[in-house]
This record gives sequence, structure tokens and C-alpha cells, in this order.
Amino acid sequence: MYLKVSVQPGDFDVGAELQQLRAATPQAGALVNFVGLVRDVSTDGQVSEMVIEHYPGMTEKALQQIAQQATQRWPLLGIRLIHRVGSLTAQAQIVLVAATSVHRQAAFEACAFMMDYLKTEAPFWKKEVGDFGQHWVEARASDEQAKQQWKLPK
Amino acid sequence: MKITILYFARIKEVVNYSSEDVVLPEEVETIIALKSWLSGRGATWQKLFDGSGVVRAAINHELVDDMATFDEGDEVAFFPPVTGG
Repeated sequence: MYLKVSVQPGDFDVGAELQQLRAATPQAGALVNFVGLVRDVSTDGQVSEMVIEHYPGMTEKALQQIAQQATQRWPLLGIRLIHRVGSLTAQAQIVLVAATSVHRQAAFEACAFMMDYLKTEAPFWKKEVGDFGQHWVEARASDEQAKQQWKLPK
Repeated sequence: MKITILYFARIKEVVNYSSEDVVLPEEVETIIALKSWLSGRGATWQKLFDGSGVVRAAINHELVDDMATFDEGDEVAFFPPVTGG
């Protein structure tokens, strides 16, 4: 099982990251990935910058735990998680979630699962800056609901 | 008991600092008791923990609920609901 997690201010090269994941898991028949971007518009107006604060120490641990949970639920071969922090410009890449598996369903579901958990459990906070000034992004109830759908029946 | 408290995002802006070391009375050993103890500092703190906004907590980097207990030297953090991804 290949698992790599990064929290970093710098940008990432999706192509290079996926190539590395493929090389590390040659048995894979499926590679699924998701890239989250900074939207250039919010409810209050045009967004020029997004500042992402996090809790160093806890962030890395939370992402590791989320990835570990995914490996326990699906037959995955590899996982690559990257989340940026600090000041990002509109349209910049924020997050990469990628997974490889023998068949596609495991990788598809694991990527959705990891994003849903990351959005509600990893200690990141976004602040949008734009022509309206600045505001903290509010947590969305729909994100919490999205996570609930993965709850296993007791 | 002595612990370290960290504050993040909007909560850090409200209390105006990011961390502090506090010495607590013996009976303060749960998150809910700590919230109540901090509320005694004045209106700003009271409003923060009055339930009008969700405040999440972590002990030593693990998300916890209000009934969780901490020990000497632990790191407790308070922050708003997370918004990453």
C-alpha cells in the first residue's frame, strides 16, 4: 500500500503527482483524482485571494487518518493527498486527492469518501478576500450530510 | 493543572491571540468545564461559548466532544467548524 500526504504552501503538478502514484502502484488498473480550486466568486462578490489557515501537527494527522480509513474500506493500492495552506490566488489549486486500485469502483468511491471527510474533519479554515473586503467561509450543512452518507450501518 | 490552549481562525481573531498557557482549578478537567471557566473572563468569552456559534475542540490533535477530559500538559484547541477542501 502506497500512501503519501502533504500539507504545503506551494503549488503542485497534477501530472507529475499522478505519474508518481502510477509508478508506485504498477498493479493498478484504475487511477481516480480530484482537484479542488479557488473559485473567483463568492456570495459577497469577486474573490481575488483565498487564505487558508490550518492547525500544524493536527492537520497532517487528520489527513493520515482519513486516508487510513479509506484503505480499510476499499481495496486500494495507492493514495496521494495534497492540501495547500497560506495565501492562494483565484483559480489556484487547493487540494489533490488521488487513489489507485485494481478496478475503478474502489478508487472512485475512496476519492469521494476522502473529500467528504476532509471537508468536515481536517482542521483547515478558508478566508476569502475580494472587492467586498474579507470574510471567513462558512461551513456548509451539505458537507456534513455528504459525510453522513458514508456511515456504515450498525 | 497546567495546559496549553490554542485558538484558530475566527476564534483567534475574537480572543485576539493564538495560544496561552493556563493554570486551571482542580475541578476544571473537561472541555465543557473549560468553556465555562473561560466564559468567566468576560463578555467576549461568554459570547464565544454561549452556543450561538459552533466551537469545536481538540485535545492533543484529536477532535473531541464537550465531555472529553484532558490532563496536565495537554494541548487543547478551540476552533470553528472546518472549511478545507
